[in-house]
Amino acid sequence: MTPDMPKYKTSDEVDFVVVGSGAAGGIIAKELSQNGFRVVVLEQGPYLTEADFTHNEIKVLGEDLLTNHPKLQPNTFRKTSSEVAKQQRTIMYGRLVGGTSVHFTANFWRLHEIDFVERSKIGPIAGTGLADWPITYADLEPYYTKVEWEIGVSGLAGASPFDPPRSKPYPMPPLPTKSSGVLLEQAGRKLGWNPFPAPMAILSQPRAGRSACVNCGFCLGFGCEVGAKSSSLAAAIRVAEKTGRCEIRPNSYVHKIEVDATGRATGAVYFDAQRNVHLQKAKAVVISANGAETPRLLLLSANKQFPNGLANSSGLVGKYLMFNSGAVSIGVFEEPLNDYKGFAVSRVIHDFYELDAQKVGFYGGGGIDARFDLTPIGFANGALPPGTPRWGKAFKDTLAHNFTRSMEVMSHGTSLPLETNNFSLDANVKDDWGLPALCTTYQDHPDDLKLATWLNARGLELLDAAGAKQKWSFPIEEQSFAVHLLGTCRMGNDPKTSVINADHRTHDVKNLFLCDGSSMVTSGRGQPTMTIEALAFRASDRIRDLAKRGEIA
Amino acid sequence: MMNDLNRRDFLLRSCSSLTAVWVSSHWPSLLSAATHARQAVQAPETAKLGFLTPAQAVEIDAICARIIPTTDTPGAHEAGVVYFIDRALTTFAVDQQKDYHEGLPEIEGRAHEMFPAIDKFSAATPEQQDEILHTFEATDVKVSRRPYTPRKNGNSFFETVRTHTIVAFLLDPDAGGDPKGVGWTVIGREREHMFHAPFGYYDKDYAGWRAISPASDKGQS
Repeated sequence: MTPDMPKYKTSDEVDFVVVGSGAAGGIIAKELSQNGFRVVVLEQGPYLTEADFTHNEIKVLGEDLLTNHPKLQPNTFRKTSSEVAKQQRTIMYGRLVGGTSVHFTANFWRLHEIDFVERSKIGPIAGTGLADWPITYADLEPYYTKVEWEIGVSGLAGASPFDPPRSKPYPMPPLPTKSSGVLLEQAGRKLGWNPFPAPMAILSQPRAGRSACVNCGFCLGFGCEVGAKSSSLAAAIRVAEKTGRCEIRPNSYVHKIEVDATGRATGAVYFDAQRNVHLQKAKAVVISANGAETPRLLLLSANKQFPNGLANSSGLVGKYLMFNSGAVSIGVFEEPLNDYKGFAVSRVIHDFYELDAQKVGFYGGGGIDARFDLTPIGFANGALPPGTPRWGKAFKDTLAHNFTRSMEVMSHGTSLPLETNNFSLDANVKDDWGLPALCTTYQDHPDDLKLATWLNARGLELLDAAGAKQKWSFPIEEQSFAVHLLGTCRMGNDPKTSVINADHRTHDVKNLFLCDGSSMVTSGRGQPTMTIEALAFRASDRIRDLAKRGEIA
Repeated sequence: MMNDLNRRDFLLRSCSSLTAVWVSSHWPSLLSAATHARQAVQAPETAKLGFLTPAQAVEIDAICARIIPTTDTPGAHEAGVVYFIDRALTTFAVDQQKDYHEGLPEIEGRAHEMFPAIDKFSAATPEQQDEILHTFEATDVKVSRRPYTPRKNGNSFFETVRTHTIVAFLLDPDAGGDPKGVGWTVIGREREHMFHAPFGYYDKDYAGWRAISPASDKGQS
């Protein structure tokens, strides 16, 4: 926390209360406070800094130091609404100041033009809610550029022939090329494809008082100890605090948006660390709590006026959930890649971003990357070849041989929006605060599974072409665990078929705005955070303009 | 039982890495376990056991030494895994005490039933020990000597010891793991937290990015 950070009283009616400090919330807090507004950010998790981060796998991963806790915040899961949901870990997100951007992989692809207009281009898909966005790539392009320059993205403009138009090059060159990246690049070119340096939200050069990446190797799942990963914590929150107008209030679990008799939001009700309840008053509320917690908060805020949940006249709050389809194959090579060094990804392939459904027989598209994102314990538990004994000499020998010689090829793709896939409030299970737990109902569309299978076959071809001595895949199965939480308060022009408009304002509550993965109308091809951050920059501009014109209150 | 392929588990592991066994644990105690293990390995004659009796520790050490055996490289024994487990059982893994309480007599019973000449697991030959441990993995294993009568919770005991052994062996030596870094040395993980490219064999001669020329056709469909 910087000394400039103000401390507001809950009774102070600030200009904005922002719920969540992650990829979207951190940027919105920064932008609104830089534009002169008084902002309180309520973050359910703790305020940790680089000094608190560690490479200890038990502390960080096993004990959920940075993430939602399955015991305090249980999830339930079912495939269809006819089943009784079972308690199991279903979603994972960053639960700390900076949110999921603190521990993510930092793959930072932009969406392409097609992602915004696919419904118009290919027509309807029966049984799905595939729809166009109310904005286009061109509307968002300046904001993608803003993310790259203000938050910090490494990459090489023009390296991918499939990249959408851009107004500026990347602000810094790509990160170093890992052995997995070299192998993917060589194999991809052999196969006639176009691998390119991965755009990553990790600094390749020192910037804005932050260190360049030191290639420590504990990246996915961990907080960056040198501030090189471009999290909201490292790149936005501190800028917001320095305005002297933004208070970050950690350990503040918002569970209700208060609404007055006229239907205006008046503030956010939250538990503090001691579980005392407060109402932070505000002229307007922005919820950026992620694609799961944002709809949950709206549903938890149901009252007489809004019996089905706040801003839910469409009935679509929580619906059209998309996880992104995907697949993983692992290859083992003759010589050490030492891919545990560095960040996760250095090369990506986008040749299959837009597949022709007539030719392949299913809807979808995706990207493929080469990566290694496993810690030693994670590798021993999950990444040895099928048939390897789980203990003993052969286990040890395989572990010792493979750890430095393995890489993953990961496919990421579209998920079709289905109304039946959704987040709701569990009827039986409660969280540690006594609130209904998050219930996930999800079953992949058959095309999503076909796509994952198809992309994975390309991944195996890549491993063959790269000369892998051994390769295998994890079976393509219906997903029941996710970190991409998208589409659950979708954006649109029609209040009957969407929750927010193109300004991120809810159709039903004039001074309530939503911005995070829930805003996305389509899933993109698997790397949503870049788009969530671009949306956050754009939403901030729209909200600022509305406020300055007196059109919010 | 072999490594199962399951994407959900893989994703959970790559995100969580550890089984639920560890979720309930708390960190200060873990550091304490690691410190204890370090002291124990450095000065074995003065090492104190907090939960296991010396005789039990010999048995656990023998089991750990079959899970990650000493080969041409050091294994769980050299990494002091048993001391890590001992401290874990009085601190962050206190919930697993029951597994050990029930599992230790179980393994002794199976050892004796399968090999009547021995009365302790640690007294068996390595081959016999492996045979005994294999019975914990399968419900329908046909043992070559004598059958045994499986008792409740026996298998979860072995799973717990296995998990504890792997974690103790591979935890970052500079963040609470075995301070000698035996496990990292065995798997080839350099004990550094700052690296410079080139990282590995395949990128050491990489000439740098060059665009494909001429530009290839846009899109594949």
